[in-house]
Amino acid sequence: MKTLESIVAQHPFFNGLAQPYLTLITGCASNVVIKPGELLFREGEEATQFFTIRTGILKLGVLVPGQGEIVFQTIHEGEIVGWSWMFPPYRWHFTGRAATELRVLAFDARCLLQKCEADSGFGYEFMKRFSRIMMERIQATRLQLIDMYQTRG
Amino acid sequence: MATRLPEAASVTFSHPDPMVPHLYRVLRTRWDTGDTFSLELTPEQSADIPQFEAGQFNMVYIYGVGEIPISISGDPARRDTLIHTTRAVGTVTRVMSKLKVDDLLGVRGPFGSAWPVETGRGKDMIIVAGGIGLAPLRPAMYRILAHREDYGRVVLLYGARTPADVLYRKELEQWRSQFDLDVFVTVDRATGNWRGSVGLVTQLIGRAPFDPMNAMAMVCGPEVMMRFTTMELKKRGISGDHIYVSLERNMKCAIGLCGHCQVGSLFVCKDGPVFRHSRVEPLLTKWEI
Ligand SMILES: Cc1cc2nc3c(=O)[nH]c(=O)nc-3n(C[C@H](O)[C@H](O)[C@H](O)COP(=O)(O)OP(=O)(O)OC[C@H]3O[C@@H](n4cnc5c(N)ncnc54)[C@H](O)[C@@H]3O)c2cc1C
Ligand code: FES
Repeated sequence: MKTLESIVAQHPFFNGLAQPYLTLITGCASNVVIKPGELLFREGEEATQFFTIRTGILKLGVLVPGQGEIVFQTIHEGEIVGWSWMFPPYRWHFTGRAATELRVLAFDARCLLQKCEADSGFGYEFMKRFSRIMMERIQATRLQLIDMYQTRG
Repeated sequence: MATRLPEAASVTFSHPDPMVPHLYRVLRTRWDTGDTFSLELTPEQSADIPQFEAGQFNMVYIYGVGEIPISISGDPARRDTLIHTTRAVGTVTRVMSKLKVDDLLGVRGPFGSAWPVETGRGKDMIIVAGGIGLAPLRPAMYRILAHREDYGRVVLLYGARTPADVLYRKELEQWRSQFDLDVFVTVDRATGNWRGSVGLVTQLIGRAPFDPMNAMAMVCGPEVMMRFTTMELKKRGISGDHIYVSLERNMKCAIGLCGHCQVGSLFVCKDGPVFRHSRVEPLLTKWEI
């Protein structure tokens, strides 16, 4: 049987992470499975976790009056979601809903933050990985804002 | 000895005077999306349309309005009808969108270079389209599918603005159901009932199944999309020599005489519109030429 640590280690987000750090992170992880249509987190609720997707697709959306839930991104196998736990007011800005059956690892944010504070080497490594993902998402959002299919060139 | 890399396939004219438009009659019209329509045309003066290659374009002349370049979006193996898929954006395309069955228009062409579907034999073929960019790539899909066994994996990545803007829906669904094709469609935003991906087409590249060491990519869409797509393809390990893009510039003559379409030392009408990416990369990042 696979150990939780081996499942954590397989996710691309943790690629190349030193063994002691993997053990630290696994201490904050748990397995979650949800059905299509169910919520993983809801806009406005307290953000206490982040998630790595093992299998399935998660839809990120925002409620627009009169239009329902507008989905602006899907998160797929091998990707991660959630950084609202890092900064005040520690609330989800969007809703995360399973598009298919979804298997994720949930990481307890308070547990992780404590470990980051206690071991700055671990904290730095962890934040570097998160920053890269945040940068990629910001760049993608900028291109979505350009609305490139409507404009010429 | 250094081997010469193939440029985009060059093609010669099939009509005696490339400046003279030929009369075509509208056979069928269809709205593909809210602003994009396809016209099926048949030649008035001959039985067959001229032979064309995937990626080539025609100059379409709407009498009394003007002439514009439009890629051929039909199957190169079919010589009975000519298909153009056009987005209504301005003066000519809006009038063109109102044409009815039996209306006449002028067509000269085909012009320009073609997608390198022949040189891609034996390789994984990655086709990346954004918005109306799927139209010029559809003939390449037809060509590849007609000789499917000659290629490795065939991956189509397509990005549109919203689900309502997805072109050729039925055909995409049919391709998606084929076991020997990998088709991924993504939109920039969607409402609840869309079951596909949401996000940029560039974000599909990381999870697309292909061998970057033996792959050829063909990319068509808005220039910003092509810039970021080629960056992602290179990150996956495909060299710029194996990535092809199709450029769009205003055109008049379409045969390399007037200079309207010139980009640096290249004429998009004659040297392009399909170019090897490494050849045009410096031009794609210039603000104005
Ligand atoms: C080689 C080549 C192949 C092409 N193939 C196709 C094709 O298969 N299908 C297709 O729909 N178009 C295609 N185009 C683009 C097409 O030629 C233009 O959209 C067309 O010339 C616009 O003419 P118009 O008179 O309707 O617009 P204009 O009156 O010239 O322009 C009106 C407004 O629309 C804007 N505009 C012009 N062109 C575009 C554009 N392409 N996208 C967004 N906004 C634009 C202008 O900036 C202006 O604001 C191709 C262009 C080239 C060079
Ligand atoms: S359109 Fe005249 S040179 Fe290209």
